[in-house]
Amino acid sequence: MKDKKSEFRFSVVSSPQIRGNLSTGKIMLYVILALLPAALWGVFQFGFYSLAVLVVSIVSAAVAEGLVCLIRKKNTLGDGSAVLTGLLVGMNMPPSIPLYIPVAASFVAIIVFKAVFGGLGCNIVNPALGGRLFAFFSWSSAMFTFQSPRVFLSSTADAVTSATPLSFLKSSVSEYAGSIASEADLIALKHYPVTRWDLAVTDRINAWTGENFCSGYFDAFFGFKSGCIGEISAFLLLSGGLFLLAKRIIRWEIPTAFIGTFALLVWVFGGLRAGTGFFSGDPLYQVLTGGLMLGAFFMATDMVTSPFRSGAMLLFGVGCGLLTFLIRFYGSFPEGVSLAIVFMNLTVPMLDRLFIPRRFGVKRKKKGEKA
Amino acid sequence: MKHRLKTFGRGGIHPDDKKAPAADCPVRNSYFGQTAVIPMGQHLGAPAECLVKPGDTVREGERIGEAAGPISAHVHCPFPGVVEKVEPLILPNGSSSRAVFLRIEGPFEPVSDRRVNDGWARMSSEELLAMIREAGLVGLGGATFPVHVKIAVPKGKKADFLIINGVECEPYLCADYRVMLEYTEEVLEGIDIVAKITDAAKVIIAVENNKPKAIEKMKEAVARSGRPYIVESLKVRYPQGDEKQLIQAVTGAEVPSGALPIEVGCVVCNVGTAKSVYDAVVLRRPLTERIVTVSGGAVAHPANLKTRIGVPVKDLLSECGTDFSKVKKIVIGGPMMGFALADWNTPVTKGTGGILALTAKEIRTKAETACLHCGRCVRVCPMGLAPVTLYKLIQAGEYAKAAEAGLSDCKECGCCSYTCPAGLYLVQAFKKGKILRRKMG
Ligand code: SF4
Ligand code: SF4
Repeated sequence: MKDKKSEFRFSVVSSPQIRGNLSTGKIMLYVILALLPAALWGVFQFGFYSLAVLVVSIVSAAVAEGLVCLIRKKNTLGDGSAVLTGLLVGMNMPPSIPLYIPVAASFVAIIVFKAVFGGLGCNIVNPALGGRLFAFFSWSSAMFTFQSPRVFLSSTADAVTSATPLSFLKSSVSEYAGSIASEADLIALKHYPVTRWDLAVTDRINAWTGENFCSGYFDAFFGFKSGCIGEISAFLLLSGGLFLLAKRIIRWEIPTAFIGTFALLVWVFGGLRAGTGFFSGDPLYQVLTGGLMLGAFFMATDMVTSPFRSGAMLLFGVGCGLLTFLIRFYGSFPEGVSLAIVFMNLTVPMLDRLFIPRRFGVKRKKKGEKA
Repeated sequence: MKHRLKTFGRGGIHPDDKKAPAADCPVRNSYFGQTAVIPMGQHLGAPAECLVKPGDTVREGERIGEAAGPISAHVHCPFPGVVEKVEPLILPNGSSSRAVFLRIEGPFEPVSDRRVNDGWARMSSEELLAMIREAGLVGLGGATFPVHVKIAVPKGKKADFLIINGVECEPYLCADYRVMLEYTEEVLEGIDIVAKITDAAKVIIAVENNKPKAIEKMKEAVARSGRPYIVESLKVRYPQGDEKQLIQAVTGAEVPSGALPIEVGCVVCNVGTAKSVYDAVVLRRPLTERIVTVSGGAVAHPANLKTRIGVPVKDLLSECGTDFSKVKKIVIGGPMMGFALADWNTPVTKGTGGILALTAKEIRTKAETACLHCGRCVRVCPMGLAPVTLYKLIQAGEYAKAAEAGLSDCKECGCCSYTCPAGLYLVQAFKKGKILRRKMG
């Protein structure tokens, strides 16, 4: 007889005996995959130095995580979150940044914004954003020095090329307030560089429709503009975001509420600073530029630092949109996505408590009555 | 226009149902060996009092365990034989009771399907319940609650609905499905009996719509016999077979936390149980056998076996051609709520609906990582709990706070653990938390 107990070598654990196929590693892998096209596009546009920035960010994040593992005597490198954080830090860096800045940003992200709080899942602020903000306040001028992309095919390229569209708008809009029809006009008026390709397509469209659309939207959408390494191609970021949505890694609430709120506010109030009155803002241009796509799909949706439930996610997204709008239009920085998300991150514990699910078979009002 | 299928309100998951290999296998009798082990505690409640001692000769169907108290059930001997020893035995669900170790010998009674008691329609509810108690019936859906308690409507309460549970939402399992297909008439007569006992205003037979043949068959039989029963096809979703979810799916009512289904005018009874009610009342046969699905990736010939209580799990697995070298885990019951075996000589009991030999690929064990705060567990919990919060409270030793947050409502359906990408053992923590909470008073 072979059925002696000692021969029994099967696994004995608590139910459920089977598991779904989504794991932490898989989530991280998918998010990284979804980010890669946009990151590589940045490298293509800004050259190999920007690749070095990305690699250095990732390696430093991994090294920092490794150090934390050594101290904690627990191997958490395998969950992939450090690599993701590093990649995000890199993607949020201007392309020609001195390399010590991403190194510092990654270390701060992993050690200060994650490990100190207790590691993955316990941090309150998105580590990559924490790292970025740290760099932002420590080396402001470096963080504001942008480089023009490779493919500016316009002949009008001059000193302004290296300004991002948003900082360009912010710095010149007050000058022209009252004298322009919309903010987008300004881009054309001041000869913010556009590619020939964009000009051609816009002309074609204008010819067809008889309207007079400004050029620049296609460049903004596909990523022919200056900015941080990973934020320039709204198209690739949107595709990555939709991929994550389709794979059910992220949910629709946060990106939708974030972008929706922001676009609405821009449309209603965005024209005010250009002196064109209410309902004259240019939501499309605003949505396609800056770090909005990257932020809305990849950083605001970070599970650790966003709320659990649908309703709370919507509120969270609305908050992000509102704050981004306020900072972009009324703050002293041209870009507000990171700050907005970080601020909303802080409200997550409260949002979670606010949206506690109703227990099955327990009436809302009678809370606390039952033992 | 297509009528929208009913289902329960919140949470739930859709695991791969894996019923295919076994679902089309007709029920057949299993072999048995020379020994059997019959535990006294095969049901929820107090274990039965053992009536035999080593050396005793017992007959087939003889009562060898006497129900101990109101929530308990008799145990009958499935085989003729001689008692070798009576020893404590721990079942996979952790319950411990005395068990009769039997050497099978002596003559078997010829199997007869003679209708001994045709006149049950003239009997009172009490008499019928007594007969059910006599036969040692327990719910065959998995919870193994003694049937004479479960279907008795307490004084002052009224049953508006009798819901017959043919949902069988656990993956792999198809014993109930086969019962509906092959014992349709018996099930319906069993339902008649339960309907009489409960005096229910409305009888609804609920089946998930991944079992079209069973729905068809039941509908046909109901229509042909002119019974006023409704066969309701439900949208597939786990854990719809759970009493509370099923009641909500069918009637829309939520059973209050901590209360029984009768609170919302419902009595729920599994289809397999309905058949055993028929056996007990019409054939006057005690519960000594049941239908077990034997399946899983390591089983060469999945089957639905009619087997007697007390047969070792290993024998049934071997009979179905299990390749033990591929087995990673042997599970008794369904994969979502079932128990992993620590000893393959564990006997089949009244509650054993399935025996699964699962391979590593099917189990998909994950590396445990830190909780990602992803909220997936919150969204899938059918009870509206926040498993992640409960888990953290229990890990921190805050059992009282966990209880306040609804720990006792958790029915261990496993949706949260199944879904959790961090691979946390959430249900395990809840089980532990409940035990420790009870211990601490
Ligand atoms: S096991 Fe408990 S906590 Fe988890 S989903 Fe089921 S009822 Fe909710
Ligand atoms: S599903 Fe797992 S990882 Fe996600 S919140 Fe729940 S416990 Fe945490």
